[in-house]
Amino acid sequence: MTKVTLEVNGKKVSKEVPDHTLLSVFLRDNLNLTGTHVGCDTSQCGACVVHVNGKSIKSCSTLATDIDGSKVTTIEGLAKKGKLHPMQEAFKKTHGLQCGFCTPGMVMSAVDLLQTKKNPTESEIREWLEGNICRCTGYQNIVAAVKEAATKM
Amino acid sequence: MASLVGSRVERKEDGRFITGKGRYTADINIANQTHAVFVRSPHARAKIKGVDTTKALKSSGVVGVLTGKEIAEDKIGGLIAGWAIRSEDGSEMKVPANPPLAKDIANFVGEPIAVVFAETLDEAKEGAEKVKVDYKVLKAVVDPAEAMKSETIHDGVEKNLCYDWLLGDRKAVDEAFAKADKIIKVDLINNRLVPNAMEPRACVVDYNTASEEITLYTTSQNPHLSRLVMSAFGGVAPENKLRVVAPDVGGGFGSKINVYNEEIVCSWASKKIERPIKWVAERTESFLTDTHGRDHVTHAELAVTNDGKFLGFKNETIANLGAYARVFGTVTPTYLFGPCATGVYVIPAAYSNVKAVYTNTAPVDAYRGAGRPEATYTIERLVEKAAMELGIDRTELRMKNFPTQFPFKQTLVHTVDSGDYVAGLEKAKQMADYEGFEARRKKSEANGKLRGIGVSSYFEACGIAPSAAVMSLGCGVGLWESAEVRFNPTGQISVFTGAHSHGQSHQTTFAQIAADELGVPMENIDVVHGDTDKGTFGMGTYGSRSLTVGGIAIVNACKKIVAKGKRVAAKMLEVNEDEIEFKDGEFVALKSNKKKTIGEVAFACYLPGQRDEMKSPIPEGDEPGLIESSFFDPANFSFPAGSHICEVEIDPDTGNVKVEKYTAVDDFGRIVNPMIVEGQVHGGIAQGIGQALHENTQYDETGQLMTASYMDYTMPRADNFPEFNLGFTCTHATSNPLGVKGCGEAGAIASPPTVMNAVIDALGGQEISMPATAEKVWKACKKIKKSNAKAA
Repeated sequence: MTKVTLEVNGKKVSKEVPDHTLLSVFLRDNLNLTGTHVGCDTSQCGACVVHVNGKSIKSCSTLATDIDGSKVTTIEGLAKKGKLHPMQEAFKKTHGLQCGFCTPGMVMSAVDLLQTKKNPTESEIREWLEGNICRCTGYQNIVAAVKEAATKM
Repeated sequence: MASLVGSRVERKEDGRFITGKGRYTADINIANQTHAVFVRSPHARAKIKGVDTTKALKSSGVVGVLTGKEIAEDKIGGLIAGWAIRSEDGSEMKVPANPPLAKDIANFVGEPIAVVFAETLDEAKEGAEKVKVDYKVLKAVVDPAEAMKSETIHDGVEKNLCYDWLLGDRKAVDEAFAKADKIIKVDLINNRLVPNAMEPRACVVDYNTASEEITLYTTSQNPHLSRLVMSAFGGVAPENKLRVVAPDVGGGFGSKINVYNEEIVCSWASKKIERPIKWVAERTESFLTDTHGRDHVTHAELAVTNDGKFLGFKNETIANLGAYARVFGTVTPTYLFGPCATGVYVIPAAYSNVKAVYTNTAPVDAYRGAGRPEATYTIERLVEKAAMELGIDRTELRMKNFPTQFPFKQTLVHTVDSGDYVAGLEKAKQMADYEGFEARRKKSEANGKLRGIGVSSYFEACGIAPSAAVMSLGCGVGLWESAEVRFNPTGQISVFTGAHSHGQSHQTTFAQIAADELGVPMENIDVVHGDTDKGTFGMGTYGSRSLTVGGIAIVNACKKIVAKGKRVAAKMLEVNEDEIEFKDGEFVALKSNKKKTIGEVAFACYLPGQRDEMKSPIPEGDEPGLIESSFFDPANFSFPAGSHICEVEIDPDTGNVKVEKYTAVDDFGRIVNPMIVEGQVHGGIAQGIGQALHENTQYDETGQLMTASYMDYTMPRADNFPEFNLGFTCTHATSNPLGVKGCGEAGAIASPPTVMNAVIDALGGQEISMPATAEKVWKACKKIKKSNAKAA
């Protein structure tokens, strides 16, 4: 067991967890932040993407102990004071989600893209999202959402 | 008031999904829950000589271990096949027993044999590793084409043949073929796919020892049906003691229709161990045990005249059912396939013959389109090849054989009520700049690339319901849909539907419909689904049926509300009922222009005689309250149709296929929410392109699944697609009052042949099987180079 201390969505949390605890498990089971989803266990689908110190990572293949002391933002922490993040607004506006399961990871990944590159081209958006699988939308409206958010961020 | 039907309304469900507040089954935890891990067969076919649970029971944290022996002793029933199909010789199909936990023999890798419950997931995993199963490994039957010649998997199922089914007239087909100038032939493999909803299957069970009620939270497309099956066939609990909740469900695509082993086992076991149980599939478990899709081996022929008239069609198909026949397993390759195999064409004579075989692989069932993608692939490959061999333009050949009169009595089963196939194809040609293709081909050639164009025209039969029709075809039950519209006294409305949304947007679409019918804002309407304790029995969502069947039940229930509202308003306004008009949410007395809003009427229905009205507004013969329900059973299927055109560019040095342009023109009748419909089409096309170019489910000769994770199974990604170009034509369905047709599956039905026709066109007509991977295409390109070199 190891003590892990993180700042999650602006709140400091400390938990004793088994050493092999994945960040996704820590968030879902220890903090009840179930917005972060697990879709594949092999770091392929991206449903588990969160931000660690501002950069997107796959929480299903990150050990919680490895990022001790970090700042973590999950989908639950993206909206500030009840105001949706422009990326969340854009997903809603362009119908960038259907079943919603890949959405949290997709949104978190897309936010990092726009932090990294302000006005990405369509092919840059599609390449960036290569690590996030969606089975519902055919990606078209997700790409549209990222383009839409780029005009607002 | 402007109509909401037809507008791009943003989705009511999005708020929770974009903020991480969705509540999927794996998000649910119950105090004192145990975690379940299943012991699964590592062999595709093996006798189970013994199961030793001694060490597992002693393992740290383990609460219980159950096996096939206990579940058999408790007489818990097995999984079922929902449709009875007869063979051509009149004999009944052969269906083996499918116990929830295998006791004597395991028939596919991943089949559950025992289950371990423990305090933590880690402890359950460790306990499962300590269950010792003594296997006698037997030779597996894997290849469907060889299954009839292999040893028998199930006792009493000779040649591993479930049925040998025929639809159509062999003699008429022989006569038609005798008259033909040319016979076009194809041999096709419709590749096996894994549906891969992004949310893995899961269940959480809570047994209440006081009320003796079981609550099952599960990833289901049809919770009411799940309860019925588990109660009537599984004997898990009577229906009044079993509540099934399918909360937010992360995609289904057919894979969440079936009641699965894990749901039955955990529900039964929760009562036995008197603890709540949670089970969540890992992705590889999903690959191994979710029902798969497609998996046909087909030979098909089309008889044509030199001037391009179609005279006859036939197909001989072997369909792989996998190890067991499940709910839609037997109907998918028959009545969902054969009737659509003649496509959108007038073909005077046809037959479809399907032999369904068992193999030691995961069960195969409905996957988006279910039978209709296989049918469309068959006919559209034939038609494209016919165009090539006859030297007739592919679109001209299609139009020459389209029906022009509707209703169109299709060759094998269906009477298609409405459509305009010429308009669809003309529009697709124009949107795709079909005429400009040769210039683009030359440009690609100049860059050392091969460019191809492919077309497919499709129709499909969906809105799976008409009870009379489906029962005559072998369905075990009628397929209608239910709705209840419930006004609260203060005017908000709950709309209960038996359909289930796992991405389809019912909360929005159904609210749009009800808002229009009742003349109230959408915000006042909540759509409730997915819980057998809320609302009446319903059939669920599959076969593009939610709107065309479930949506209409809502319309009809709303009409009953308005009818009662008129009677009540008439009494309140002291006029005759026929003097009342209902418009935009108001009941208006035509002569006096006095009004009552529907909210006022609802209030009066619940609290009659209140306020200043000293006499009851409830007319004689009516009861208080404002709740109406409807069960809608349409007269016919709905028949969406359309034409898709795809252009691909191939790099002959790498074999990489790039989809350059994709145009889809579909006729879904009246469209309730264009934004949502477009989303459905995008997703369907993407899955179809996945089938054509990327996805394949590969078992090795011993029955081990080689593609059991996202590291091995190619899921399409964002950079595999161009932006799809969509267009619509509209002919209203006549089988429902909204004129709507199903839209959920069309994209996945039309796109595989569209893409493959384009790839094969680029390869100069060289046949290639799905998925057209870079390796296969590269090899085909090398053949072209060789033949070019020879010609030079």
